[in-house]
Amino acid sequence: MELRELHFRPLNFGRWLIWGSTALLFALLPVAFEKGFALTLMSQMGVMIIFALSYNMLLGQNGMLSFGHAVYSGLGAFFAIHAMNWIASGKLAWPISLLPVIGGLAGAFFGVIFGYLTTRRAGTPFAMITLGIGEMMYAASLMFPGFFGGEGGITGNRTAGPPLFGIPSLTFGPQMQVYLLIAVWCFACMVAMFALTQTPLGRIANAVRDNPERAEFIGYNTQRVRWLMLILSSFFAGIAGALTAINFEIVGSEFFHAARSGGVLLAAFMGGIGFFFGPIIGAVVFTFFAVALSEFTKAWQFYLGAFFVLLVMFAPGGLSSLLLMNLRVMKFRRFARLRDPYVGVLLTAMVLALGTILLIELTYHVTLDTGLGPVTRLFGIPMDTSTPGPWVLATFVLVSGAVSFDYYRRRFGERWSEIQIEIEDWIRDNPT
Amino acid sequence: MFEATLSQALYGVSYGLLLFMLAAGLTLIFSMMGVLNFAHASFYMLGAYFAYQLSVWLGYWAALIVAPALLFVIGVLVERFGLRRVHKWGHVPELLFTFGLSYIIVELVQVIWGRAAVPYRVPEELDGPVAWLQRFGVTFPEYRMFMMVVAVGMLAAIWLVLTRTRTGLVIQAALTHPDQVEALGHNVPRVFMLVFGGGSALAGLAGVIGGNAFVTEPAMAGTVGAIVFVVIVVGGMGSLAGAFIAALLIGLLENFGKASDYTGLKLLGSLGLHVTPDAALYPVLKLTMAQVAPVLPYLLLVVILIVRPKGLLGTRED
Amino acid sequence: MKPDRPLHPATRADAANAPALELAGVHKRFGRTEIIRGIDLAIAAGERHAIIGPNGAGKSTLFNLISGRFGVSAGRILLSGQDITNRKPYQINRLGLARSFQITNIFHRLTVFENLRCAALWSLGHRYAFWKNLNKLKDAEDRAEDLLRRVGLKRRRDTVGGLLTYAEQRALEIGITIAGGASVILLDEPTAGMSRAESRHAVELIREVTQGRTLVMVEHDMSVVFGLADLISVVVYGQVIATGTPTEIRANAAVKEAYLGQHVEAA
Repeated sequence: MELRELHFRPLNFGRWLIWGSTALLFALLPVAFEKGFALTLMSQMGVMIIFALSYNMLLGQNGMLSFGHAVYSGLGAFFAIHAMNWIASGKLAWPISLLPVIGGLAGAFFGVIFGYLTTRRAGTPFAMITLGIGEMMYAASLMFPGFFGGEGGITGNRTAGPPLFGIPSLTFGPQMQVYLLIAVWCFACMVAMFALTQTPLGRIANAVRDNPERAEFIGYNTQRVRWLMLILSSFFAGIAGALTAINFEIVGSEFFHAARSGGVLLAAFMGGIGFFFGPIIGAVVFTFFAVALSEFTKAWQFYLGAFFVLLVMFAPGGLSSLLLMNLRVMKFRRFARLRDPYVGVLLTAMVLALGTILLIELTYHVTLDTGLGPVTRLFGIPMDTSTPGPWVLATFVLVSGAVSFDYYRRRFGERWSEIQIEIEDWIRDNPT
Repeated sequence: MFEATLSQALYGVSYGLLLFMLAAGLTLIFSMMGVLNFAHASFYMLGAYFAYQLSVWLGYWAALIVAPALLFVIGVLVERFGLRRVHKWGHVPELLFTFGLSYIIVELVQVIWGRAAVPYRVPEELDGPVAWLQRFGVTFPEYRMFMMVVAVGMLAAIWLVLTRTRTGLVIQAALTHPDQVEALGHNVPRVFMLVFGGGSALAGLAGVIGGNAFVTEPAMAGTVGAIVFVVIVVGGMGSLAGAFIAALLIGLLENFGKASDYTGLKLLGSLGLHVTPDAALYPVLKLTMAQVAPVLPYLLLVVILIVRPKGLLGTRED
Repeated sequence: MKPDRPLHPATRADAANAPALELAGVHKRFGRTEIIRGIDLAIAAGERHAIIGPNGAGKSTLFNLISGRFGVSAGRILLSGQDITNRKPYQINRLGLARSFQITNIFHRLTVFENLRCAALWSLGHRYAFWKNLNKLKDAEDRAEDLLRRVGLKRRRDTVGGLLTYAEQRALEIGITIAGGASVILLDEPTAGMSRAESRHAVELIREVTQGRTLVMVEHDMSVVFGLADLISVVVYGQVIATGTPTEIRANAAVKEAYLGQHVEAA
C-alpha cells in the first residue's frame, strides 16, 4: 500500500484555517444568530479569547503559571469604567471605542509594579505569589469603596460620549454594536499577540520556558524576560477587562476574585497551551460552560471541573492537541481506520456522560432545590426524586455506559497505537 | 492591659499553629514529590465537614479519629489513581490536577451539605474559658487550648516518626533523592502514597479542630488555602522551620490586627501630623487595623518579596 | 609544576597581556565540605587548556564557579583582567565567556535552528526586542545557518531538540555554546558517552570551532585531551597538583600516582 504525502504541515494549515475563518466568523456570526442571547454569548467569548490568549503568553509561551491574572484585567476594567464616567460627565474627551487602550495601559502599568515583585521568583513560588497578590487585590478592593465601589461596584454608561465616527446611531447601546466592537478588538489583539510570538523576546521567552538556566548562560536575564512578558500580557488583559466594563457597564470587586483567575487558567489549559490558537478554543468552550450551560443546570461548575480534570489526566495538551493529533492521522491518510472505533467510543462516552449527568442532576435537585419539591424535569422528562425509579435508571445508564465505554476505549487505544506505530515507521523509512 | 495582650497573643498562636499544621503537610508533600497540592486546603475543608457529620452521628471524639482516617484513605486514593497517572506529564499538569480536584471537591461539598455554613460546634466538654488562665485575668477558650495541644502533639509525633523510625528515615531520604532511594530497594511509590495520605490526614485533622473554632462553609478552603501558600513562600520553600515562624507571625499579625482600631491617622497624629479629609491618602489613612487585617498576610508577602525573595529561611530555589 | 605566568591584577597598561581567564586563590565550600581548596590558574588567550582529574575532584564545580552558576567562598576570578567573581551567569556571558554542560542542556521544545538562533540573539544586539520580526533578522538567520553547517546538523535543522540522538544533542550543545561568539569557551566533558568514532568527530568539531578562541575543557578521555590540549592542569581534591604540556604531565610522577596510573598509553 503506497502512501502519498500531502504537502502541508498541519500546524500551518490549522493556523490559516483559524485566521481566515475567524475573521469571517466574527463578521458572519451575528447574521446567523440574531437572538440577543447568542450575541451576549459571542460578546463574552470574544472578550474571553483576548483574556485567555494574554494568559497563555505567560503559561504556554513563557512557562509561568499564574493564579492571579484577574488582577490586571480587573484593574483595566476599573480604570475603564471610571474613564467611561469621566467621558459621560465631560471631564474626559476620549472615544468609547478606544477605552480598551486605557484599560490596556492600566493593566500594563500594574504589570510593571506587581510584575516586578512576582517575577522575582519562578515556577511554583511564582504561582503561589500570584495567588497571594490576587487575594490581596480582592481584599484591598473591598477596603476602598471610593475607587472600587464597595459591595455594589461602579456602574457606567457606554452610550455616553460622542457616537462612533459621528454617526448618531452608533452609540454602542445595542448589543450588536458592542459585539462588533469586541470582535474588532479581539481580532486586533489576536494578530498582535501572534506577532509577538514571532519576535526575539517571544522566542527567548520560549527558551526561558524550556530551560531557564541555559537561557541565563546565553546572555539573558530570565527575570527581565519574564517581567517584560508579564507587562505585555497584562496590557492585553487590561484590554479584556475594559471590554467587559463596556459590555456589562458595571465593575465590582468580584473582578479580582480567585474564580476569575481560575477561570482563565481553565480556559487556556482546556484549549491547549502548546499552540497559539489553543486558548481561543478554550475560551469558547469555557464561555459556553459558564454562560450557556449555566442557564440549564446548577451543576455546570461541577461539569466544568470534571471536564478539566479529565483533560488534565488524559489529554494535557488540551483540545487543540486532540485536534492536531487527528489532523496528523488524516495527513497520513489513516483516519478512515479510526472511524468505527471513534463511533464506538463516542457513542458509549455519550451514554456514560448521560448517566453521570442524570445522577448529578438528581442529586443537585435533592440538595439544592428542596424548596421546589421532589419532581424535576431532565431533558424534558419529569422525574420524581423521592422515588427510586429515576435513581435506578440513572445508575443503570451510568454503569452500562461505563462498562461499554471501557471496552470501546481499549479497542480505540489499540487501533490508535497501531496507526501511530505505522506512521512512525513510515517517517523513519522516508526521511525528508 | 497585659492580660488582654496575652489573650490576643494566645489566639494568634493557636491560629498560627493551625496554619502550620497545614503548611507542614503541604511542605512535606511538595518537598518529596515536587507537586504543590492545591487540593490541600480542600482536604482541610473535607476534614471539617466530615467531622461535623460524624459528630452529629457519633460524637466529636469519634470524629476526631475517624475524619483524619477518612482523609488518609482519600489521599491515598487520589495519589494512586490520580496523581500517579498525571506524574508522567510533569509538575504543571500535577498542580493543575490538584487544582481541578479542589474545584470539584468544593462543588461536591456544596451538593451534599448545601451552600450555607453548617453548624459544626465546639463540643460541650471543651466549651468555656481555661480556668487557670481565668484566675490571672486572661480570657482564653478551652477549645483553643485544646487546638494548640493537638497541633503541637501531632507535629511532635511527625517529627518523631521522621527522625526516629526506619520509615521516617526512608521518607527523609526520598525527600531529596527519590531515585537513589528506589535503587536501594525501597518502594518509593508506596512511600509517596503514604506521605500524600499522611499529609492529607494532617490537613483533615486541622479541619476537625479548626472547623468548629472558625466557620465551616464552602468558602473556607479558598481563604485558608491562600494564606497557607503565603506562609510557605514567606517561610521559604521547603523549610519547615521557616514555615513555623511564618505561620506564627501571620497568626499573630492577623489577630492583633483584627482587634485593633488603630489607624494611620492616629499614628500620624501621635507624631504631631494632622491630615484633613481631602488629603490624597486620607482613604488609606482612615482605615483601621481591623479593616486592613485581611490584607496583612499579603502585605507581609510583598515585603518579603522585596527584601528577601527566598523567604525567611528559604534554602532551595524551588 | 607552576603555571608559567605570574598572577597579578590587570592594570590598564597590561590589560592587553592579561590572561584570558585567571583564578586567584579560589575556594568553594558547600556547608562544611570544602570542594575547591585553593586554586590558582592562569590561561592565556588562544590557549587550549584541559582540566583533568579523578571523579569528585571538583572539576565541574570549578566550571560552575567560573561561569557564575555558584558563587565562590573566597578568591577571585578574572576574565581578560575583569573581575567576574560572583557575577550572574548572564553578566559573565555578556562579557565573553560561554560554557557547555556535562548533561545536555538544550531548549528541548525548540528546533535545532531555533536553539542556535536564540543563542546568537543577545550577542547580535537584539536583546529584548518585541517589535522586530524574528524571521526578518538576516544576521541572526545567517549566524544560525552557519552554525548549523559547522556543527553538522544541517539536515536536522527543523527537528525539535528533544528528538535528537545523544551525539546530535552534544553537537547542538557545542553549537549553542559558541553561537554568541564568546572568546572564552568552557566545555564540560564534551565527549562524555560518545563512541570512539563520535569522539574523534567531536574533537575535529571542537578544534575547528575554537580556532582563535580560548578553550578550557574538562575531560576524562585521555586521547581527546592529549590530542587537543596545549596545556593540561590536573585537579585532585580541589587543588591543582600540576600544570604543564601533555608530555610533561604524562611524565609527572605525582600525576601518575594520583590519576593516570602507571600504565597510561600515549594516544
